[in-house]
Amino acid sequence: MSDFRFIEEKIFRVIMFISTAVIALALLLILASILYKGLPAISWEMLSQTPSGGFYFGKHGGILNAIIGSAYLSIGATALAFCVGLPVALYMNVHLAKRKKLINMIRFFLDLLWGVPSIVYGAFGFGIMIFLGIRTSLLAGIVTVTIFIIPIMVRGMDEVLKTVPRGLLEASLSLGSTKSETAYRVFFKQGFAGLITAFLLSFGRAIGDAASVLFTAGYTDSIPTSLMQPTATLPLSIFFQLSSPIEEVRVRAYASAVVLTLFILFISLLSRYTSKRYQKNKIQF
Amino acid sequence: MEEKPKIRVRDLNIHIGKQHILKNVNVDIPQNKVTVILGPSGCGKTTLLKSMNRLTDLYPEVKVSGNIFIGEEDILHTTTNITEIRKRMGLLSQRPYPLPMSIFNNIAYGLRISGRIQKKTLNTRVEHYLRQANLWDEVCDRLKDPASALSIGQQQRLCLARGLSVDPEIILADEPTSALDPISSDVIEKKFIDLKENYTVVLVTHILRQARRIADNVIFMYMGEVIEQGTAEEIFENPKEERTKQYLRGTFN
Repeated sequence: MSDFRFIEEKIFRVIMFISTAVIALALLLILASILYKGLPAISWEMLSQTPSGGFYFGKHGGILNAIIGSAYLSIGATALAFCVGLPVALYMNVHLAKRKKLINMIRFFLDLLWGVPSIVYGAFGFGIMIFLGIRTSLLAGIVTVTIFIIPIMVRGMDEVLKTVPRGLLEASLSLGSTKSETAYRVFFKQGFAGLITAFLLSFGRAIGDAASVLFTAGYTDSIPTSLMQPTATLPLSIFFQLSSPIEEVRVRAYASAVVLTLFILFISLLSRYTSKRYQKNKIQF
Repeated sequence: MEEKPKIRVRDLNIHIGKQHILKNVNVDIPQNKVTVILGPSGCGKTTLLKSMNRLTDLYPEVKVSGNIFIGEEDILHTTTNITEIRKRMGLLSQRPYPLPMSIFNNIAYGLRISGRIQKKTLNTRVEHYLRQANLWDEVCDRLKDPASALSIGQQQRLCLARGLSVDPEIILADEPTSALDPISSDVIEKKFIDLKENYTVVLVTHILRQARRIADNVIFMYMGEVIEQGTAEEIFENPKEERTKQYLRGTFN
């Protein structure tokens, strides 16, 4: 009997090790191939200039349009989604604390929305644009991406606020706080570190998604100067350059991927740092 | 001449789902006394306590019927805002729940939301309440530290100070010493005896010795029913009900 358990333990340990290794290896391979192909093509020109004539035939210029466009788009969308998402998540966990069934239903629908492919959001945004008579623009892109990341933002925050103990809710209410005071002064502070993580997770999704901006934000070689102008984005710039038959252009796609990866790496590090930094007031239960 | 009870509970029934948690509870809690609600775990003591400031509102499937009078007001059937009612009662729970902010702000929070404080008096008021809870000397040089840095015993006294800061009439305490070491427990117990001069104290406990030490009045509960209530002397020296006698002897099963 004990022999069998010993063997069982060994087998499972091997299986778990192999699965972990496969995932780690896949990740490393992706990173390595991007860096291997992309790094040589990265230059100051590429980061600091917009495409000039013949850029898509391997001539001069850079992807500054996509870098700035992606930054505008993802910052705008994440900020908007935060303004909507935070109240929703707090409302679910403070005001609706008693309505278990309702909350679970909301969670279920948010999870469904989370799973909807981003191209569907793109199509939805496009439909609204046609209805309102708006052309592809930064604004349309921001709104579409906002809708796309709200479920991610809300569920991320919800998972954090869910862990705030009921005793803290009771303690705050017993002091004579209203539910909204409890939400914004107590729950917000207790969950702050996790809320930032949810925020940055959504930011990562916003900056990395191509399909939702394909019809809505459009693509252009210049940097947008108003909300009504179309804008380039990094994922689409990768997409367009990668489909080129010209070797120099394809290499630049990998360089763009390096830029995007660095963006996301930076955000992840920032989120780790900030959530540690603002952990100090959190009560450990 | 008996003074009118501070809290009067009349025919209180509480159901949670299909369970009948409190059955026809009628109790009187006198003003400026320590009233101990005593009984084995799961007998409905905490539910009774929480119904007094309507924290029972927060739980799904809880049905409450009956009357709870605080002074003259029936808090179960009133148009008064629930936050106003809760402000009249401070709550100490089984384990401390300090707010996720600094020690200073834990006390200042209550003062600020009740809107009865000016900036220049804030510091002195915070000190006042921390002294009330015998905590000032331990924290006076680290008021800006997060409350989470305090020990559990200190956190519980911080919660007591915070509860007092909103100027309640009643202190509801739900086994407030169950997570504490004996020394901190002792501080809290002694504090309750001091506090009854100005407050009405309701304490839930299953610790018999604690009840003997500080109770003026005792309510003995079992299986959702009030078995017996009276002064500490009556209950401890001369209990009438068989179940009370058994519990006091420790032969309860």
